[in-house]
Amino acid sequence: MTNAKETVPKRSLSQRFVRSLKKHWQYYVLLLPALAYFIIFCYGPMYGAQIAFRNFNARDGITGSPWVGMAHFLRFFRSPNFTKLLGNTLTISLYSLIAGFPFPIILALSLNELKNQKFKKFAQTVTYAPYFISVVVMCGMLISFMSPSTGIINKAITALGFEAVPFLTKAEMFPSIYVWSGIWQGTGWGSVIYFAALSGVDPQLLEAATLDGATRWQKIWYINLPTLMPTIVIMLIMNCGNLLSVGYEKTYLLQNSLNLATSEVISTYVYKVGLVSAQYSYSTAIGLFNSAVNMLMLILVNTFSRKVSENSLW
Amino acid sequence: MTKTEVRKKRRQRLTRDDIVFNTFNYILIFFFVAVTLYPLIYVVSASISEPTKVNSGQMWLWPVGFTTVGYEKVFRDPDIWLGYRNTIFYTVAGTLLNLAFTLPCAYALTKKTLPFKSLINFVILFTMFFSGGLIPLYMLVNNMGLMDTIWAVLLPTAVSAYNVIITRTFMDTSIPDGLEEAAEIDGCSPFGVFFRIVLPLSSPIIAVMALFYGVGHWNSYFNEMIFLSDRAKIPLQVVLRELIIITQMNTDNSVINNTEAKTAAEMQQLAGVIKYSVMIVSTLPIIVVYPFLQRFFVKGVMIGSIKG
Repeated sequence: MTNAKETVPKRSLSQRFVRSLKKHWQYYVLLLPALAYFIIFCYGPMYGAQIAFRNFNARDGITGSPWVGMAHFLRFFRSPNFTKLLGNTLTISLYSLIAGFPFPIILALSLNELKNQKFKKFAQTVTYAPYFISVVVMCGMLISFMSPSTGIINKAITALGFEAVPFLTKAEMFPSIYVWSGIWQGTGWGSVIYFAALSGVDPQLLEAATLDGATRWQKIWYINLPTLMPTIVIMLIMNCGNLLSVGYEKTYLLQNSLNLATSEVISTYVYKVGLVSAQYSYSTAIGLFNSAVNMLMLILVNTFSRKVSENSLW
Repeated sequence: MTKTEVRKKRRQRLTRDDIVFNTFNYILIFFFVAVTLYPLIYVVSASISEPTKVNSGQMWLWPVGFTTVGYEKVFRDPDIWLGYRNTIFYTVAGTLLNLAFTLPCAYALTKKTLPFKSLINFVILFTMFFSGGLIPLYMLVNNMGLMDTIWAVLLPTAVSAYNVIITRTFMDTSIPDGLEEAAEIDGCSPFGVFFRIVLPLSSPIIAVMALFYGVGHWNSYFNEMIFLSDRAKIPLQVVLRELIIITQMNTDNSVINNTEAKTAAEMQQLAGVIKYSVMIVSTLPIIVVYPFLQRFFVKGVMIGSIKG
């Protein structure tokens, strides 16, 4: 009796497993290429990141190189570069967040109020376009426009009787150049997600508000904006998870020896220390610190938001 | 009340408040459009204007004088042709690879009963928020022997977790479950369902993904810069970087040196117009297809935002 009781579920379990595998194996085959990609090219580097805790040398390899613990991290925290890099990175990303965050929302709300469909289409096509310009062309445009001798911006400045400004070689201008060119490039595209969310506004609510004599402003403020709130919160959380990632792609192209005081950010420093001067372990440690802080920020902000506003990524 | 009556009534009720609002709104949109458009028009105009007029600031919106000298120099540069050819290859091959990896994976993830589904989901999502960093990736590519091969360009960007999620959401919401179930009852295998039913019904999302991935390949320069050293393999964006960024201070580059320009001033004039021309030439494919495909891009973001 007891024997039978034990064996029956066991057999059915293994049977179930075999049956499940028979039924599902083709799905796993479909999953396999992508999964292999993630394991090799995303988790592979995460595994390789252990060299941040070692003194990497090519002879001993990733797992064989001597373990040094937190030495590289401590070296980074103690180096005079640490505060400079952290400061530059935070300045650019916070500036970017604060200055850039409202524009897509304003543009989406404004586009949503346009009644002329043709003009709306046109405005959308134009404002989304800069997003598709490559970062190299974008930086080329910035460099050309801001040239002290031939750039159109300085032509305008000198025409007004002021002195030409060497924008790109003035360190204090760098964060503004980076942030405002980013706003130019990203506002339209950023508005798409809010524009999509606005299609979720209940038309009956708007109708009722109109009947009650609400003005257009009031409808935007009390109906459209609250509808956008969950999207706004999600976007804010995502942005906070990127607080320490000022990308190297654009920064690297706009850097020169004269603006380095403000344009050297963590990601470009990782590239230079790692690939240009080949200090693999030290550079990996800096990159890992960066990733870890981002991850931590994301978790913190997400938890906070879930408690306060019930909007969260997970 | 019929629809036209309602509309009439609304039109009558266009209050002073509405008029003020509309005026303000149109001014705001015009501002956004003008600020976006101005630099783009300027680049186009500068690429066909007399270099002296551009550099002196006389050309500030519409072309002044007319010359195609910039374009002529660009088209005569072998590096640009080479870069163009390589970029087309990376974009086409890379995008096909992206689709071949992304679509089946997204479909399998729509199966709610798939064992270990949530674990696999987590494994994929986690990569959006954490990465090993630049150096470990560089070492991996190096150890795999991919350095300076086309695979170093194609493989490290083979799948984007974000795009998998968007595709999964689309397949989840737009393909009726009943259709797949019916095919399964008729004896169709999961492969059969995927290739014969899901793929043909997914053409909108395939278009969106091809565009997202395609533009990404077209515009990418950093991975190519660090993984490729063979001149024969470099893509357009790397050539562009040399041409319009590195030479910003000196006028010493191949395209300009091959010209008849005698003085340093003349060379600088020419450098300007060449830069503007090359910006247009490199962005042209995107400019041409963009207006037609814009709605697909937008659709992609909208699908993504459902489960963003």
